[in-house]
Amino acid sequence: MTRLAAAGVTVRFGHGERGLTAVDRVDLELPEGTTVGLVGESGSGKSTLARALTGLVPLSEGEVLLDGEPVPKRLGGRAVDRRRRVQMIFQDPFSSLNPRMTVGEAVGEAASVAGGGRRARRRDEVRRYLELVHLDPDVAGRLPSRLSGGQRQRVAIARALAARPALLIADEITSSLDVSVQSAVLNLMRELRRELGISMMFVSHNLATVRYVSDSLAVMYLGRIVEFGPTEDVVSSPQHPYTRALLDAVPRLGDALTDEPPELELGDPPDPHNPPPGCHFHPRCPVGPTVLPERRICAEQDPRDEAGARRHHAFCHFASSSAGRSAAPNREELLDVARDR
Amino acid sequence: MSEPSSSSFRRALRTPVGVASTLGLLAIIVLAIVAPILWSADAAHLDILNASQGSSRAHPLGTDALGRDILYRVLVATRLSVTLAVVAAGLGALLGIPFGAVPALVGGRIGRLASGLINLSVAFPALLVAIFVAAVIGVGSHGAVIGIAVATAPYFARLSQTLSSSVAGSEYLAAARMLGVGKPRLLARHILPNVAEPLLITMTIAAGDALLALAGLSFLGLGVQPPQYDWGRMLSEGLDRIYVTPIVALGPAVAITLGALTFSLFGEVLAKAAAGGGVRRWQRAEIGAAAVAPARPARREAAPAGDVLAVDGLTVSFPGGSVPVRGVSFEVAPGEIVGIVGESGSGKTLTAMAIADLLPASARLEASRLALFGQDPRMLGDAQRRRLLGRSLAVVYQDPMSALNPALRIGTQLAEVAEVHDGASKTVARERAADRLRSVRIGSPEARLRQYPHEFSGGMRQRAVIAMGLMSEPKLIIADEPTTALDVTVQQQILRLLREVSVSGGAAAILISHDVAVVSQLCKRVLVMYAGRVVEELDVDTLVRVPAHPYTAALVAAVPTMESDRARPLASIPGRAPSPYDDAPGCPFAPRCPRASSRCLEEMPPLERRSATHRAACWHPLEDGTAAGFGTVEGVAV
Amino acid sequence: MTAAPASLGRRRTLWAGHTRSAYALRRSARLLVSLALLLTATFFMIHLVPGDPVRAALGPTAPASLVAERKAALGLDKPLVTQYVDYIGNVLHGDFGTSLISGESVTEMIQQRGPSTLKLGGIAFLVAILVAVPLGILMAALTRDSRRRGAELGFTAMTGAIAAIPSFLIAVALVYLFAVTIHLFPVAGRAGFSSYVLPVAALALAPIASLSRIVRVEGLRVLDQDYIRTARGKRLPSRIVYVRHALPNTLTPTLTVAGLLLGGLIAGTVLVENIFAWPGLGTTLVQSVAEKDYPTVQAVAVVFGVVVLLANFAVDIALGVIDPRSTILDT
Repeated sequence: MTRLAAAGVTVRFGHGERGLTAVDRVDLELPEGTTVGLVGESGSGKSTLARALTGLVPLSEGEVLLDGEPVPKRLGGRAVDRRRRVQMIFQDPFSSLNPRMTVGEAVGEAASVAGGGRRARRRDEVRRYLELVHLDPDVAGRLPSRLSGGQRQRVAIARALAARPALLIADEITSSLDVSVQSAVLNLMRELRRELGISMMFVSHNLATVRYVSDSLAVMYLGRIVEFGPTEDVVSSPQHPYTRALLDAVPRLGDALTDEPPELELGDPPDPHNPPPGCHFHPRCPVGPTVLPERRICAEQDPRDEAGARRHHAFCHFASSSAGRSAAPNREELLDVARDR
Repeated sequence: MSEPSSSSFRRALRTPVGVASTLGLLAIIVLAIVAPILWSADAAHLDILNASQGSSRAHPLGTDALGRDILYRVLVATRLSVTLAVVAAGLGALLGIPFGAVPALVGGRIGRLASGLINLSVAFPALLVAIFVAAVIGVGSHGAVIGIAVATAPYFARLSQTLSSSVAGSEYLAAARMLGVGKPRLLARHILPNVAEPLLITMTIAAGDALLALAGLSFLGLGVQPPQYDWGRMLSEGLDRIYVTPIVALGPAVAITLGALTFSLFGEVLAKAAAGGGVRRWQRAEIGAAAVAPARPARREAAPAGDVLAVDGLTVSFPGGSVPVRGVSFEVAPGEIVGIVGESGSGKTLTAMAIADLLPASARLEASRLALFGQDPRMLGDAQRRRLLGRSLAVVYQDPMSALNPALRIGTQLAEVAEVHDGASKTVARERAADRLRSVRIGSPEARLRQYPHEFSGGMRQRAVIAMGLMSEPKLIIADEPTTALDVTVQQQILRLLREVSVSGGAAAILISHDVAVVSQLCKRVLVMYAGRVVEELDVDTLVRVPAHPYTAALVAAVPTMESDRARPLASIPGRAPSPYDDAPGCPFAPRCPRASSRCLEEMPPLERRSATHRAACWHPLEDGTAAGFGTVEGVAV
Repeated sequence: MTAAPASLGRRRTLWAGHTRSAYALRRSARLLVSLALLLTATFFMIHLVPGDPVRAALGPTAPASLVAERKAALGLDKPLVTQYVDYIGNVLHGDFGTSLISGESVTEMIQQRGPSTLKLGGIAFLVAILVAVPLGILMAALTRDSRRRGAELGFTAMTGAIAAIPSFLIAVALVYLFAVTIHLFPVAGRAGFSSYVLPVAALALAPIASLSRIVRVEGLRVLDQDYIRTARGKRLPSRIVYVRHALPNTLTPTLTVAGLLLGGLIAGTVLVENIFAWPGLGTTLVQSVAEKDYPTVQAVAVVFGVVVLLANFAVDIALGVIDPRSTILDT
């Protein structure tokens, strides 16, 4: 029975003026056997959060709980076994495999640290894991440089699985792959979850991809998770204007681009070194104080404080309460507002 | 990083330089062992009568002041010269390597201090350091060796510092640490194998440098002291007599040069082999190019009036048999936005670059027709072509971070277009640049013109690139993956801006992307490219509903959308796209296609018209547009 | 994607002016620390000599009274801390003490010989830069996109060989060719323009070879960048592409390497001066090391060290000024 939870996880880099809070007091729970999707644009801190959960990045504050027990802050030592139950797959399969270890050695190493079984059985084990990720077991003797990007990513997945993890964190694992290979890796991840019952966290900038694989969805903005809920729920009735903007930005096949007023567009992500006060999103918010001047509260008060009472735990003063309907105006209302000005 | 296989080592050693340096190194080793045994007596034999002679039959390289034969002495001195150099380089490595690993291993304040010390010590010239250390320890071979070791150490420290920090930051080490791999194994399997090789190479090169430094010290009289002798000492003795018998300086000089050169060349050969230097594409026979290239144009006709662009049989090849673009044909009408989709390696970017006359110099372009604004750029002189393309064609590149020159202000990069092509004055060009920035909605353009690209955000840079294209009045805009490097939230704005620019200026556009959805949002007509060919050309409506080519159907079905059924697997395409060297007959998609028949493997299907807006190159086109046969191949490795 | 602190830090340019002066300040502080380390190292040099340095210098036959007298003159009989403070104070006042051998003022000797070494090194440095940079750029332009493989091979083989031959061998060869065989230039000494030709050539040839190689490789790297394709896409004349778009981007690496070469060049003067009997610090250094004249060795070490550190400081400041991306400013 494994549950991973983040409690007030904070990651800061650097000090003072050059300092940067990449992850800002994040609370998150990953229930057993489900997949949580994590989306956000560049600089949102999603990769840093993923690394913090695996212990690759030291926490500045807060803790990571495995089955309710805090995981020691450092890798190594007696914590090794518990730590090993959270594994991560990286974005770039070209740098995540040791160029001087064959596929078999890499997967075998993971299997041996996890199980410590006998050498003869290790071979079979490696075979089994390679077959699990639909690789020809004969690649075991090859070096990573002899494999394609898709094959390497499968090796990375096999290596992570060989450590018998309870939770697998996939950080943008398809974004460096070609379209036709991407879908095969996505299918594999779904299949693995179904067959092995592993919990997963799927990190990506691509909302459509995340939606396809995950049961619940976390939206990250400037180091905070601004909305979290069941995937279909979040997608069909987003509570945070940022989530809505992300949804609107997903290119849809065959839908010609509308000539919508540019005032509603988000523009470039802000500088994470100086997050705005109040709601981090307010300067870009299409329903915030830049468009609706009476909403001064957005610039003054942190919406985090009452998030617990809102639907999807949204960091938005104007999201609906956990029971009621959304108080945020919908697209049509917004267009009206924009036209009026 | 690529790892050398034994074969890449063999290949590197088999080059002329590899052979020469290996043989040289062997010769040096053999001489160092054998020469003192064989010729010590000859080298020490005094022949006072023949002292200080030039070249003679008995003494080809002359004799020294005591009448000893210089040739024998040079040969015998090999052992001392080389041994001292190797010892000095080894000591230097022993001192420097652990020190350089301190910043990565310890980190924090001590690490910073160590890296500061390394930076400081590298600045001091090695020879001076060696002289001063030798001065402290005492003049002689001991002092010289230790001096050179101390002087070499900073270089090893610097190298070991960069190596260890790059391995320490690598993701494969992160993965191993996550697995809980023990420290000894981390060091033995993950760190050492990845740093040992560059260190070894440096050691070889350092031995060559040490040989020179030692010779230098001995030459100055600060190294080996009599009665011992090495090459440097002998050179210094020879120099004193350079007026009278210059030949006596020749032996030691040649020995020093050859010795040092051998070590450093051998090091370079090793380094080249380690860099996976066996990529010798050029040496592959020139195949393929001739087979697919269409016949050379008999006549070059102008496009029918109206078309902005017309290409027929466009083929791009590289020396060595790579043919990434194979017989592409299409037209672009004025004001039209045409999309080109394809995966990496499909040839879509090279097609665009061929049209824009921006191919790398080694590429060869062939086409039975190429008409841009009614003219064939190949038929124009340099100045004319530059004028035509410079004023009528705008290109937007994939990565706005690298497409703008980091060393020049945005204003300079925009204004120069007007200055060069329209002969505009500085002020006029600047005003126009500000105007164009305004038209791509960049606020306070005058101030922005004075900024450098790094002061712009990603989306703004892409706007600036588009503004740059608008400096003249383009009739065709080629946008190569213009939103791939940008965040989703910026993507639509850039696409919208492109459309707006094209509509308001009446320019046609070619939008290239790997993303079918992106292309379908902006274009009416789409070309699908695979393995260098256009396999299907269709309108967006057909693309979404009933594509005929199995590849197109699979491409559409493989991308998850907001509407994808989460309960069903996505379509995936087994296998790999053929390489641009591949020269198999038949449909390039056949090996991956569930509908392929034996005909597909033998005969390339032509791009056949199916309706007014639809052409497909397939022997067994889909009738209902479903990606039949693709959803179920989950089990096949990619 | 990963929020790496370094890359994000570089994006910050809000305080460009401020960071620039902070950078200059940091570099100045580093220079001061380096100078302090240099002085400390040279101070301890004499104390690291095994045995009695004065006795070693004067030889076993020198009377004990003379040794004691010289020791007192050097202050070696005082406590170490006092010696250190005196030494730093003296050096800061330009006083390097007296020679153990001749008993003359070391400072005077440096004033006499320093300028001729600086002149030799400075001219050689200028010649190296002025020849190597245009040569490298030219070769990059000629051989880009794997064109003219023959020229490329010739250039790399030639410069590779020259860079591998040490300056003292080049010097010997030059002496043999131009002075002994055809009597074109004087063999040794310092008298007028013609006496500079051979030493400068001997010093500058190897740096020319290695610098022009690096400039060529840098030039090729820059010519391969996307922004050069952009410039070509704007159909600019090649003159503008090379001079305006390519050249400034090769400046940073060129300057960095040039700074390192300057250090090597200074070291090279030691050898070259000895071959050409050049009356400079190099000959002095060798002589004083051989004679164990430690105060002189100390003084020359300080002078050479200061020159190297100042040259590096100048390069750092220049890099900070010319690089608009200011990536270096974070370091």
